[in-house]
Amino acid sequence: MISYAECSARERLALLLDGGSFHEWLPPSERVMSPHLAQLGVPSAFDDGVAVGRAMLDGRSVFVAAQEGAFMGGGVGEVHGAKLVGLMQRALRDRPAAVLLLAESGGVRLHEANAGLIAVSEVMRALLDVRAAGIPVLVLIGGANGCFGGMGIVARCADHIVMSDVGRLAMSGPEVIEASHGVDEFDSRDRALVWRTTGGKHRWLTGDCDALVEDDVAAFRAAAIAAIDVSKPLTLEALEQEHALLTKRLHALDTTDTTDRDEAALLWSALGIADARQVPELSVEAVRALRTA
Amino acid sequence: MSDVPAGLETLDFSFSGGRPAGAFAPVLVGVVGSGNLEVMLEPAAGNDCAVRVETSARGFGPIWQAVMNDFHARHPLAGVRVSINDMGATPAVVSLRLDQAVAEIAGGRP
Repeated sequence: MISYAECSARERLALLLDGGSFHEWLPPSERVMSPHLAQLGVPSAFDDGVAVGRAMLDGRSVFVAAQEGAFMGGGVGEVHGAKLVGLMQRALRDRPAAVLLLAESGGVRLHEANAGLIAVSEVMRALLDVRAAGIPVLVLIGGANGCFGGMGIVARCADHIVMSDVGRLAMSGPEVIEASHGVDEFDSRDRALVWRTTGGKHRWLTGDCDALVEDDVAAFRAAAIAAIDVSKPLTLEALEQEHALLTKRLHALDTTDTTDRDEAALLWSALGIADARQVPELSVEAVRALRTA
Repeated sequence: MSDVPAGLETLDFSFSGGRPAGAFAPVLVGVVGSGNLEVMLEPAAGNDCAVRVETSARGFGPIWQAVMNDFHARHPLAGVRVSINDMGATPAVVSLRLDQAVAEIAGGRP
């Protein structure tokens, strides 16, 4: 068993895809790098923190991108975003069996300001174009930096999300919530709280991810292979169902008195999970069995 | 306050008298993160081993020179371009990454 969380982006590509099948576009030797970081005195990376290319997965042709969380928290800068967009647009032309996004990102790379924000919005548009063309987009989340900010939105735009229990998925990160709403609202140093509210088990129980796996590269590979043909058509009906689900969740909890209560466990109870307080202690396999629909 | 200005520092080193590395696919090891660095090795024309370092830790030129001298003593390469993006890695980490990169070249002796 090899920890997915502890692998670098390139190690994940080497281990998750069919051996030796990854062909990279704009590899490090092309030196397509950030035009902004050097001006700020910040070192750049030769690949701007993301590797994109084509590969085989269980003998099927796929396109794949892997974000490197150790470089600027996987932040999406102008070049990083353009590489993701280019991959998606090429998918429209070449029609691979699926597009895989090995996401690990804190969202927009704030150093690059508007260029980074625009890049993330372009990634969303490109991803939705790929989905609309009937090519499944699978997002894999299990890196130590989680998947937050704009990349959290990108992930939820996809057909299918695979998460490990150590993976995290959300919009605003814990520190951002604490900075804007205070420590009483969210204590970002409370790791158990962070995982109860953004971690893979929580996302599985609320239906925000489609597969929950162990922190194991082989488990991610198996889940990606199983999902390669899972295409969710973008329809008005599906969107309305999603809205209905979110509305129901919003009203699942009584919000009149929120002091000192474990809101994650209360939400799981409201969703019909028995003995919800025990969820953080359960194994991945046990939590997987808790979701009925 | 330090009198070293903020920003990146670029350092260039060149070594001659090494063994030709021959043809190989470019190699990248490491990640540009705090206390870490990435090292890329590429084949290059000529008989030198040319090194370019971009680092956020300014003012450590003599230490880089010593680390690269040691590297050249361990691995006397010719016809190789070494490119480094550094975010404050220690000399030991730099040496390990350089050895890792050489090990990844086909036929390279780790």
